[in-house]
Formats: sequence, C-alpha cells, structure tokens
Amino acid sequence: MPLEDIILTSYNKGHFLPSFNHAAQVWNHDFFWQSMKPGGGGRPSGQLLQLIERDFGSLERMLMELKAAASTQFGSGWAWLVYKANKLDVGNAVNPLPSEKDNKLVVAKTPNAVNPLVWDYSPLLAIDVWEHAYYLDYEHRRVDYVSTFLEKLVSWEAVSSRLEMAMQRAAKRAREEEKKRMEEDDMIIGDKKAMEVYLNSDEDSETE
Amino acid sequence: MQVAVYSSSSYCSALTPHLFMASNSKPKTKLITRGCGPSSSYKKKKKKKVLCQIELKPPPYPTNALEPYISRESLEYHWSRHHRGHVHSLNKQIAGTDLDDMPLEDIILTSYNKGHFLPSFNHAAQVWNHDFFWQSMKPGGGGRPSGQLLQLIERDFGSLERMLMELKAAASTQFGSGWAWLVYKANKLDVGNAVNPLPSEKDNKLVVAKTPNAVNPLVWDYSPLLAIDVWEHRRVDYVSTFLEKLVSWEAVSSRLEMAMQRAAKRAREEEKKRMEEDDMIIGDKKAMEVYLNSDEDSETE
Repeated sequence: MPLEDIILTSYNKGHFLPSFNHAAQVWNHDFFWQSMKPGGGGRPSGQLLQLIERDFGSLERMLMELKAAASTQFGSGWAWLVYKANKLDVGNAVNPLPSEKDNKLVVAKTPNAVNPLVWDYSPLLAIDVWEHAYYLDYEHRRVDYVSTFLEKLVSWEAVSSRLEMAMQRAAKRAREEEKKRMEEDDMIIGDKKAMEVYLNSDEDSETE
Repeated sequence: MQVAVYSSSSYCSALTPHLFMASNSKPKTKLITRGCGPSSSYKKKKKKKVLCQIELKPPPYPTNALEPYISRESLEYHWSRHHRGHVHSLNKQIAGTDLDDMPLEDIILTSYNKGHFLPSFNHAAQVWNHDFFWQSMKPGGGGRPSGQLLQLIERDFGSLERMLMELKAAASTQFGSGWAWLVYKANKLDVGNAVNPLPSEKDNKLVVAKTPNAVNPLVWDYSPLLAIDVWEHRRVDYVSTFLEKLVSWEAVSSRLEMAMQRAAKRAREEEKKRMEEDDMIIGDKKAMEVYLNSDEDSETE
C-alpha cells in the first residue's frame, strides 16, 4: 500500500494497529523536512496569504495560533496548518450547496504520531514538537525553537503548493459528490416515472 | 555544606540555583509567606500566612552525586527547568481555587477526573512524578533488591532478571513521552460496591506499568514503588544505566512496606464494614421473626 493508505488503515478509528505509529512518523518527518528550506522564513503570498487573512484575520494572528498550538501540545506531538473541506462526518451526508468558501485554513495540534490525514484534512505545514526535534539546540525552550522555525526556516513555497493541491483535490471531490447526487436523483426520478406508468396502465385498462 | 530547599515563589525569583545538599541532613524548608487570597482587602485584613503553595523539593543528594551516569549539568537542568516549571505553573493554576488547600496527591486525583483532565492535572502529576523519580535514585545505587521486596519480585515475576526485562521493555516501548513504573497493586475489582470475599495478601501483586505524558499509577489507586522518566529529555539509552547504577532499592523497599501496610489496613476496614452490614441484615431478620412470632402468640391467646 502507499504510505498514506497504511496510515489511514492502521489508524483504525483511533484503535491503532501496530504499524500506525511508525507509518505516521515516517510520513510526518518527510513532510516536516519539506516544510523547511535554507534561507526560509519571510512572508507567505498569493492565494495562501489571502486565505490566511480570510480565515485568521491576519498573518500575525495565524502565527500566534500556530505558536500557541506548538507550545501547548503537552508531551510529544506536532502542530499543523491545515486546509479542511467543510464536510459532515457522516457517511451519507451531503453539503447541499458546496462552496469553496466553506473550506477553511485551521491550526491543529496532535499527540505523538497522529496527523491530520486521519481526519481527512489536508496538512499544509508541520512543526515537530517532540523533544528530539529541539532539545539539542534549544533545550527546554520549545517556544524559541518554534519562533526560529517560523522566522528563519519555514518554506512558504512548499505551503503554497500544498494549498493549491489541496484546493484542487477538494474541488474535484465536490464535483464527484455533486455528480453522484445527480445520478441518484435521476434514479429516483426514473422510479417515479415507472410508478406513473404503472398507474396510467390502470387507467388505460379501465378505458379499454 | 549549605542546605537549601526552595519554595516555588522564592525560587522563581532566584537566578541560577545553587543546589548544595548535604546528603545526610534533612533540608530545611523555607516556606513562602504570601497568601493566595485574590482580593486586596484580604491581604490588608489578614496576617499573611503560608497557604497552599506546592513547594519545589530538591533531589535528596548533591546535584553532582549521580555522576558519571547523570551529569550535574543534566540533573540541574532537569530539576531547575522542567521540575521547577511544573511547580511554578501548578501554583499559578491552583491559586484561589478549591485545589489550593489540597495535598499534591489529592490535586492529582481530583484533576485526573476519570481521564478528562482538568487543567492542573499535567503540572500536578509532573511535580509528583519528578519528586518520586529523584527519590528513586541514589549515589552508588544499583545492586540488587533484598528482603521482602526481592521475595515479592520473585513471586510475581519469577526472577529479578525477568522483572528488570519487563521494566526495560515498558520503558523502551512507551511511545512518545511518559514513565515506566514498578507498582504494588491491591487486588480489587474496579466496581464501587464490590467486596473481595476472601481478601488475602497473596492477591496483591507487583506489576510493571507504563504511562503516557504525566499520567501516573496513583490514578488507578496503585502504589508506585519505582519510576523511570522516559520523556525524551531523559534519553532512552540510560534505562539500563539507571537500573544498574542509580536505582535506590532501599527507597523501593520502604515504599513497598508502606504500600503493604496501607493495603492491609484497607482490607481490614472493608472487612469490618462488611461485617457491620451483615449484622444489620441479621438484625432485620430477627425483627421479622419477632413479628411473625407475635402472630402465633396472638392465636394462642
């Protein structure tokens, strides 16, 4: 299986199968390295900045929330910027009027190896707050490490390109769900027509 | 050697701590003298008195005493940053609340809240865990347990080696941050009114346990005997060193003794309660018999 499928399968609704921790940590670390670059930092731009300002009010506010999440994740874990589509968590629930506006950027934090894929979110940025990530360079000062990460290391380009993919994926899914709903409606309409025909044939037999 | 113990607030205003502990002397405690009352009128009216503040206890040995296995720097760091941080945060959190007046163990049990932690749980438990951890070690530690402790280890694990293997496995497999424990548990059903019909010391057991983050076996009503800190800041490699060179089996033995006494006392109290309840039932039956007999009497009259 692809790694993401191993994660989703072994997440098992929270009752982790043995492979979950290692699978998720492999994915998390890949994602984390790619969240940084030499000479990183600066500011996001384009659509990413637009959505940040739309959903948080300002870049500063988003960074504050991200730092707070990273600092308050007790024990080992991760802090995330994610893109989430607005879906009800029920099998057959359908958003009657899906709109890009319902999708949102949010900050999240997770314990140990858990990541937002298990909630069907699209992660955009990860900050590793396991102690091994910062202890040698920052000792207990997780807050300083997180600030440095955001000022000097983060790759906003990587985040932007993940956002683009996430939005495309969400749009594609919305179209597929819409199409499926229309097909189901057609089937229902088809049934109704069949019923009408049946009823009409009664009339016909009467008039014959 | 100078002896100093720090209350949390006086400590927090100190710069780098000087931790000179005489290994044999009992540290004097300098308690803080600010009250926890929230209102200024309280401060004006009442004489300031010591209340509620959890104190930061130092390890019971000089900070270089565990070298070369744990460096002075590492121990001072761990104590003065992590442990102190928890004391400081806890005191801030509980000030002016119901938890203010409680002993630390009660704060832990209350804020555990059946797993739905109240805000003070993590800091309270981590203060307790670290106190317990420092006391689980001693300079020149290691060796073998003896006496009743060794007997119970052999009874419940088969051998000391087997117990150590399980403890190391627990310490190595606690994913994320956490603790590994040797605990003494009384054999009780986890149901409010269940009574062990034939309580025996033989039902009580030594077990190995592991817990995530700040959780500790007090929350399961177990008696912890030994703790190994396996948060990453402790470096997992050191577990063997801990068991070979640092562990204080004397501390573990004395905790076992207290745990067994506590369990025996509880068993006696439960037995007594059960007998009292039985007496009451018997009493009721006798009353019923009297009532029935009085019917007969009335017939024969």
